[in-house]
This record gives sequence, C-alpha cells and structure tokens, in this order.
Amino acid sequence: MTLIKWGARLAPAIAFLCSSLPAWAQEGVDQRIDQAIKPFADSVAGFIFSSFSVSGVQVPFVLVWLLFAATFFTIYFRFINFRAFRHGFQLVRGDYSDPLAAGEVTHFQALATALSGTVGLGNIAGVAVAVSLGGPGATLWMILAGLLGMSSKFVECTLGVKYRNEYTDGTVSGGPMYYLSKGLAERSEKLRTLGKILAVLFAIFCIGGSFGGGNMFQANQSFKQLVAVTGGDASWLADKGWLFGVVIATLVGLVIIGGIQGIARVTSKIVPFMGVLSVAAGLTIIGMHVAEVPAAFASIVDGAFSAQGIAGGVVGVLIQGFKRAAFSNEAGIGSAAIAHSAVRTSRPVTEGFVALYEPFIDTVVVCTITALVIIVTGTWDPSVDPSQGVALTSEAFESTIPWFPWVLTVAVVLFAFSTMISWSYYGLKAWTYLFGESLVTDAVYKILFLLFVIAGSSMQLGSVIDFSDAMIFAMAFPNVLGIYFLLPIVKRELDDYWADYKAGRLKKFGKAARRA
Amino acid sequence: MSKVLLVGIDCSDCADRALKYASDWAEAIQCRLIVVHVIQWSPFSFTTPQENEERHRRREAELDRAHREIVDPVVNSLRKRGLNVEGVIRHGHPAETLCDVADELGATHIIVGKTGASRIRAQLFGSVAHSLVQISKQPVTVVP
Repeated sequence: MTLIKWGARLAPAIAFLCSSLPAWAQEGVDQRIDQAIKPFADSVAGFIFSSFSVSGVQVPFVLVWLLFAATFFTIYFRFINFRAFRHGFQLVRGDYSDPLAAGEVTHFQALATALSGTVGLGNIAGVAVAVSLGGPGATLWMILAGLLGMSSKFVECTLGVKYRNEYTDGTVSGGPMYYLSKGLAERSEKLRTLGKILAVLFAIFCIGGSFGGGNMFQANQSFKQLVAVTGGDASWLADKGWLFGVVIATLVGLVIIGGIQGIARVTSKIVPFMGVLSVAAGLTIIGMHVAEVPAAFASIVDGAFSAQGIAGGVVGVLIQGFKRAAFSNEAGIGSAAIAHSAVRTSRPVTEGFVALYEPFIDTVVVCTITALVIIVTGTWDPSVDPSQGVALTSEAFESTIPWFPWVLTVAVVLFAFSTMISWSYYGLKAWTYLFGESLVTDAVYKILFLLFVIAGSSMQLGSVIDFSDAMIFAMAFPNVLGIYFLLPIVKRELDDYWADYKAGRLKKFGKAARRA
Repeated sequence: MSKVLLVGIDCSDCADRALKYASDWAEAIQCRLIVVHVIQWSPFSFTTPQENEERHRRREAELDRAHREIVDPVVNSLRKRGLNVEGVIRHGHPAETLCDVADELGATHIIVGKTGASRIRAQLFGSVAHSLVQISKQPVTVVP
C-alpha cells in the first residue's frame, strides 16, 4: 500500500530527472559535482588531519588521539578487551537472557545491527589501501589497533546504554550526544556546559560523517567496483556515476523516506550472509595458497618493523595500519554507541562486553583475512595506484576464483547499502538532537542525505576519501574528550558487575542454567 | 500425580480443534489447563537500527493484540464452563517455547494442532507439532 502511494509520488520526480539528465550528462555532471565539492572537501580534510612531523613523517594528530585513548582505556580497565571476552560471548549467546523479556532487543541483535554499519567497504577497500600504501606490515599494526579499539568500544557502548533516553511511547534513543550532555552534567555543575558543547560538536560531526564516510565513500567505491567488473573504462557505466547515484538514492529513499522497512529488513538478512561468504572465499583462497602463508606472516611481521620502500618508513607503515583499522571499526568515533543503545538490559556494562566483539570481528578477523588474501596472492604491489581501493581486493580474489569479482560486486553494493541505511539513522539521530523532531526537519535531513549519495558516486576517490575520513575522525574529538570525564562512572558499573559475576550472583537461564 | 494439560494455540482452525480436544479432556477429568500462544520471534534475527529503536513498543503491541484477539477470549469462555484455566503468551521459537512453559508450569501433557497458521512454512521447515514431538519431555498429542 505504502509502496504504491510512494511510487505514485516519486514517479513524476523520477520522470523529470530522467528527461533532464541526458542533457546534463553531456556537459559532464560528474565533473561539475566533483569540482563543486572538491575545494570544500579538501579544506575540511586539511583541518581535521592537521599533522605534526616525527622523523620526517607526517603524523595526523587524530590518530595519536584515538590510539592513546584506546591504550589508556585498555590499561585503565585492566585489559577488559581480553578479560571479558569469554563473558561477552556468553551474553551474546543468551545465557543471561530472561525468557520473560523475550521479544525485546537482544545483545545479539544490537551487536549485529552495529556490525552491519561497520563491516563493509572499510574491510575491503580500506584494507587494500592500507596494504598498498603501507606494505604487508601495515596488517600487524591494523590488528593491534583493532585489539586496543575493543576497549574504546567497551567504554562508549556502556555509556551509550547508561545515558540513553527512554521515551514514554516505549522507544529509545542513545549515543554520545546523550552521554556527553547528561553524563558530564551528572559529574559536576561545572562540566555541564562543556558536556553540552561536546554533544553539539559531536552531533555536527556525526551529520558530516553520515554524509561522508557513511554515504559518499560507500556510493563511490561500490560504483567503482561495478564499473570494474563491467569492463573498466570501456564499460557503458564508466561515465554514468550520476545514474548509479540516482538508482541507489531512490532505493535508500524508499527505505528512509518511504518507510519501506521491508527493503532494509531484506538487506539486513542478506548482508551477514554476504559477509560470511566473503570470509569463506577469503579462507578458501588462503587455503589454496597455504604454502605461501608462512611467508605472508613473515612479511607482515618483518614489514611492520623494517619498512623498505614505504613512504615514511616504519612510522608510515604504522600510520597506514592504524588509520585503516580506525576507519574500519570506528572505535572511539562514537557511532556504534548509537546502534548499541537500543538493547534491553538492566546492566549497561553488559552491552560494553558485547561491543568488544565489534572491532574483533571487523578488524582482527575480517580485515586480516582480506589482507592475507592480498598478500598471499601476490596482488600486493608497492607501485599500485592507491586510489584503486576495492579494485585491488577484487583482483586478488579474481586471481584464484575468476568469477568472484561478481560476487564481490554484489557484496560491495549490499555492504554499501546497509552502511548507508545505518549511517542515515546515526545522522538523523544527531540531526534531531540539534534541530528537534518534526516532519520538516526529518525530511530536510533525508533529502540532503540522498543528494550526497548522488554526489558521492560522481566524485573522484581522492576528494571523497579525504572528506569521509575527515568527518568521521572529527567525531572522535568531542567523543573521546568527554569519555575521559566519564571513566569513573564506567569503572564503578564495571566493578559492581564484575563482583556479581565472579561471585555467581548473576542469574543464568535456559540451557545455560541447566549446564551449570 | 494429577494431570496438568497444556495446549498451544494460534489463530488457525487446527488450533481450534486442538483447543476443543484439550478443553473437553480437561473438563472430563477435572484438571488444570494451560493455554499458550507463542509469538514467533528469534533472539538471533538481524534487525535494522530503526526496528531496534521501536522494538519495545512493538512488543507491547504484539502482546496486547495476542491477549485481546487470541488468548483472553478463549480463557474467559473456558472459565465460564467452570474450568481451571491459565493463559500464557510468550515470544520465541514455538516448539521450544511450548516445552519451556510446560517445564516451568509443571504440565504433564502437551496438545497441539497438526498444522498451524503458517502452513507453507511448515511444509518447508517442518511443523511445530513435528519439532515438538522431537524435543518434548512430556507426552504430546497432535490433533488433526
């Protein structure tokens, strides 16, 4: 019913677009959009990535910021990333889920929802970029950053649940906007204003990130892959970025404006399947090149400490690894806290334990497999053009499974789509935090979001990737700064819970109870 | 040991026959009857952030509807016949949840219809009755 209604409303608009687009296309819509956004994108990226020089290498400050935080949280919570790993699994499995609360959002569902927002192009395109710019050694730093990032996720997701808003109509809303403003106000009167400022800053950057990495980067890379499998530059699609953009924007629009959750629901079921499929394909390829695996590991370890021919030497390798890990798993960025906060639990810290699995699955497992595939197939080549992104990963898979690029294309487009749906939600939450909830403010955000989809698929990777990185990383400044003030609160929650857990005071249910 | 019957219902004809069978039996031997309706749900399904946000509200609405349209009318009419009836509504996997409720409330016998409301699903994946027979610790009666 709604589909027909919306179809009727959208039809004239689409007809108009289609009739006027060929005329634009001749003038090169792609380049026009690209030229219009590029100067803005470049200046934003330049500001966020202001860097300092260490032994001749430019180190972006934001990376140091994220990494220091992740290391600090790991030590402050006495290696919670390893300590609570097993318990996190028990929670996801449902050992502690009361059957009387069945039907509410479970730990598994919150984790899966958050993961579908993070597992995606970062794991495919991002890893390819890291390995081509930083060499195999970047993989080791990426894994390390993933392991440390688990602690950052633990903190932000615990806070996300603790300070979420529960409305009288039974809906919930959470995320850094809420814990920064409510949490800091709770700490002390003096921090109230700071909390408010950080929350507003976070919301602004989150909206930017939802247009950048959560949108334009996704559209851009999935279009690139589609062009690559349909014949590269000779493809009919090669100069039709706008067309791809219009199609994707229409589909996203049907979900976020048309309220056709069916499409989103179908995607949310196919995406995990595609994820498992690409991991399985990766493992198959690694298995087929099993003889090269020891050498690959050796090159990962060697490359991490002695970088030859890599711009910036070891520091350059390290930065590539850290950067891609951070971009892929978003630990410390704050986005996941929005997705995790819908879980039903009386102990916020439990969702923190569950969130440990997000960087673990995303970076330590999936990214590492992609990196290994690129290394063992020998597709990695220091002279390769770094803007190739997905294409490099695709080539690595193709060298062993010739038809796999097609599967990868479907996976890439679906990952991109589900990431866009997730980020449109994150962005909208930030948007309504700033501008309040009303039909008009909602509609304005959603239309802007769709326009950025079209822009993203028309732009060159260079300016898109810089802008996406910039906006997503900007979120880390207010988020992490606020978290430092809230650490004692998380510590108290954790210590209380851990004492209960160790003393066996937590009630198990179902099969877990019978096992005990 | 006195008998406690448990009957699983949904809005299908077959469930109505199972209910009639169970209530006649309970009336004849004067024992307690538990009427259970399970709302199909899995803790391991994949959901969108929008769905998660509204989940609590949806759950309340689902429970409310199940009470109003399925369980309460049955419980009320059976009580009028003088039976000792209890109504239960749960979310979960139908067969597993029926077993869990039976264990929890001390039912000695489970009665279900042969095919429920989701006939096509049953053809593909096996019916509730089928899996119930496999996993139940109590005797199961399947009503055609």
